[in-house]
Amino acid sequence: MAPSRDELFTQIRDVLGDALGVDEEEVVPEATLQGDLGAESIDFLDIVFRLEKAFSIKIPKGELFPDDILNNPEYVQDDRMTPAGLDKLKATVPHADFSEFEKSPYLSKMPDLFTVNTIVNYVESKLAAA
Amino acid sequence: MRWIWIDAFVEFVSGERASAVKNVTLAEEHLRDHFPGYPVMPASLIIEGMAQTAGILVGEARGFAENVILAKIRTAEFDDYAVPGDQLRYDAVIESLDERAAATSGTVLKNGKPIGRVDLIFSHVNQADRPADMPDHNFVFTGQFMNLLTAFRSQGGSGGDQPDGR
Repeated sequence: MAPSRDELFTQIRDVLGDALGVDEEEVVPEATLQGDLGAESIDFLDIVFRLEKAFSIKIPKGELFPDDILNNPEYVQDDRMTPAGLDKLKATVPHADFSEFEKSPYLSKMPDLFTVNTIVNYVESKLAAA
Repeated sequence: MRWIWIDAFVEFVSGERASAVKNVTLAEEHLRDHFPGYPVMPASLIIEGMAQTAGILVGEARGFAENVILAKIRTAEFDDYAVPGDQLRYDAVIESLDERAAATSGTVLKNGKPIGRVDLIFSHVNQADRPADMPDHNFVFTGQFMNLLTAFRSQGGSGGDQPDGR
């Protein structure tokens, strides 16, 4: 049986606590990985590896955290996502909440897309598809 | 000083695990200062020893195609000191490995008794995505590291492949 949303959150809270060295009370659903929890680039790989182990899933490159889109001039101009880029990003990371970001899609705001909730959404969809 | 903090491999199972030993000796220059009158192997060099053991294990698993760079220390815990006369053993196991990176777990033993745990993450840097200021050859797996695998195999061990002529 698939774990409940609460069970998933608890497991992911533990994973993020271990990966980022933060206390579990800091890992709330809306916390951003970079801004609130202090994640650096290598931590994203650490999180991917830990999630793969914890949930016995395979996370292909770029699926949870996109890595190719930002280098494409069709998708990014003047530090801002183009409409095509935004569409591509939404298609690539459907597990993120774009409601705030799409109002002002500057690259500097992009890290805010990746919250604890984003991870929970991703793992939930991944387990549902398994 | 040569930057090599393992003396020999004693086990090497390609893509899975490796063990290396390090004999701590009073001849090591840094032990004069760490600490005066009380020589203790620095914990940072124990981590480096594990990183060299695990790094060669990770590099060999992908045919030494990439430079393997220590990117994150997930865990480093020690319960005891190592002093001259002790033998350290680094047992490293690959936990995750893909084209981007690798994660390893490791146990540090002193004279056969576990005294610590060092878990690491390595990043793979291949020629295509290397930063501009990084050398264009494999600068991690140079002679001194590869000689360890050669020595291990010449003693009857198996499981480690050599890089292509570097």
